[in-house]
Amino acid sequence: MARIELIDVAHAYGQSWALKQMTLSWSDGGAYALLGPSGCGKTTLLNIISGLIAPTQGKILFDGRDVTALEPQQRNIAQVFQFPVVYDTMSVYDNLAFPLRNRGWKEGEVRKRVHEIAEILELQSDLPRRAHGLAADVKQKISLGRGLVRPDVAAVLFDEPLTVIDPHVKWLLRRQLKQLHQQLNLSLIYVTHDQTEALTFADRVVVMTQGEVVQVGTPEALFESPAHRFVGHFIGSPGMNFIACDGAPPRIEGVPISTSSTQQPEPGATLAIGIRPEYLQVHSLPGPNRVPAIVTSAQDQGTQWMVQLQIGKRTVWSKIRHTSEPVGIGPAFAYMPPDKCALYADDRRVA
Amino acid sequence: MSVAKPVNQRAWWLVLPVLVSVAFSALIPLMTVVNYSVQDILSPSQSVFVGWEWYKEVLRDPELHSALVRQLIFSAAVLAIQIPLGIALALSMPREGWRSSLVLVLLAMPLLVPWNVVGTIWQIFARADIGLLGYVLTQMGFDYNYAQDPWDAWITVLVMDVWHWTPLVALLAFAGLRAIPEAYYQAARIDGASRWAVFRHVQLPKLRSVLMIAVLLRLMDSFMIYTEPFVLTGGGPGTATTFLSQYLTQKAVGQFDLGPAAAFSLVYFLIILLLCFVLYNFMKNVGADEQQGRSA
Repeated sequence: MARIELIDVAHAYGQSWALKQMTLSWSDGGAYALLGPSGCGKTTLLNIISGLIAPTQGKILFDGRDVTALEPQQRNIAQVFQFPVVYDTMSVYDNLAFPLRNRGWKEGEVRKRVHEIAEILELQSDLPRRAHGLAADVKQKISLGRGLVRPDVAAVLFDEPLTVIDPHVKWLLRRQLKQLHQQLNLSLIYVTHDQTEALTFADRVVVMTQGEVVQVGTPEALFESPAHRFVGHFIGSPGMNFIACDGAPPRIEGVPISTSSTQQPEPGATLAIGIRPEYLQVHSLPGPNRVPAIVTSAQDQGTQWMVQLQIGKRTVWSKIRHTSEPVGIGPAFAYMPPDKCALYADDRRVA
Repeated sequence: MSVAKPVNQRAWWLVLPVLVSVAFSALIPLMTVVNYSVQDILSPSQSVFVGWEWYKEVLRDPELHSALVRQLIFSAAVLAIQIPLGIALALSMPREGWRSSLVLVLLAMPLLVPWNVVGTIWQIFARADIGLLGYVLTQMGFDYNYAQDPWDAWITVLVMDVWHWTPLVALLAFAGLRAIPEAYYQAARIDGASRWAVFRHVQLPKLRSVLMIAVLLRLMDSFMIYTEPFVLTGGGPGTATTFLSQYLTQKAVGQFDLGPAAAFSLVYFLIILLLCFVLYNFMKNVGADEQQGRSA
């Protein structure tokens, strides 16, 4: 296990920066999710940590030791890829033994270690079988096992490992991964573009977009106080509402809005108020923090109403639980509780 | 209760064109050969039924036996040289960029040359008096003359075939290598695999089906080789480079022994079929033999 630090790391493919300069640290034994849309640089970042890609600039430290110039096998990293990689012609046993034999271990020690790992991964009955014809989830466990079989694994990296797994096995495998994390106290980094997967799996989520890390935080923090408009949009369904507003104090349609932001935004920045649909309320009477709006539709979704409102020209969403009064179509007031909304200046949250 | 489906035989009309074209292109010519093989053709209008006579004669023919042995040695040599060489070429080729395109074009060139031209090229190239190769070898002190020395003739035919056909194996293997996902190489790097281990456990298994096609193609083609040695050596010196198809042509065209030639063709056909069948089944099981592995 190791603490992993990236210092001023950036990477370019040709002329374009796939990864903008970043400094990040991953604590020992943490379960991290690396979340972002396709093509945002998640896999590049992962491959830089494992050593498959040498970064254009910056340093990578494992427990303070500079490993930037080291090859993947010298870094003691386990990596599981999107599509299962197994050595088809070998048995499951030989697959697991492969990294150890490459290091010149004696057969006796290899056998002991392979059986240990097979027991943890529940692969024992498959050991003598040929890896070729096995199901995708077993193959993923084998490729995980090939990483874990080496002692002192610094971290286990997953690159969207459940893409090709059947939905009903996905849950099982994900739970097994979590157990493994607790049992072995592994540092895990898990790349995904699926917010549910990220939020259920990880203690901490690293959100990326366009080669940039925009927020690192607990699933709760990402939901309650997104640091960047992208996080607000990407997490939640539907994503956070952002309503353009004017100067200080912020006003929407002439109504002054008090928010949880206490600092002053930079002068000249583009301002918006951000509020989750879960917190936006619909009222029939005016009052503080209530903006005139028109309810254009209200869908019954079983346990809640999905309400669409028009504020000026802007469409916003509100989720209202069934316990409250049904919402009628027509003029109304959108209420933004001050502690649940925040001011965003040029896409970033104002503290 | 099931609804009775209307049954009729109209669908046969749809396959009729295929059946007719197969009949005219394969079945009827083949049956003509079968017919010839059991008759003694005295003149175009006069023939006598002789039964197994020609088959017995052909199978006892010592010249045919030696042609067959030569043929087997030649095909074995072709496979033993061209398959590993083709794989080695494919492995050392640049994988992308203009260099890759250039190498692909250069490799494909021998495949584009008509076969009799290949023979002519080497016939001149290897001549000791005016050919570059022959001249250089002679000047270097080698006693090289493919028109007189059987050994030299053999080597020359073999080298010509390697030059002509190894690119096919290399191109097939290259395509097979390109199809291997990058993740396999990445996983192997993480597992600390050596260059040899990557070849043995990643590349070779993934090339298996492509190589099977390469081996079968090269076996069949080399077994039927005719044009190039015909132009280069004319089967000589003596009968040193007379392979099966050339011997067959000598019989059928040269001596007009249509009956024995037809019997010979059928035997020839069955030999190729049998070899391909055996080789195919052998190769199908090569990877599967490792199923058990070294498990404890």
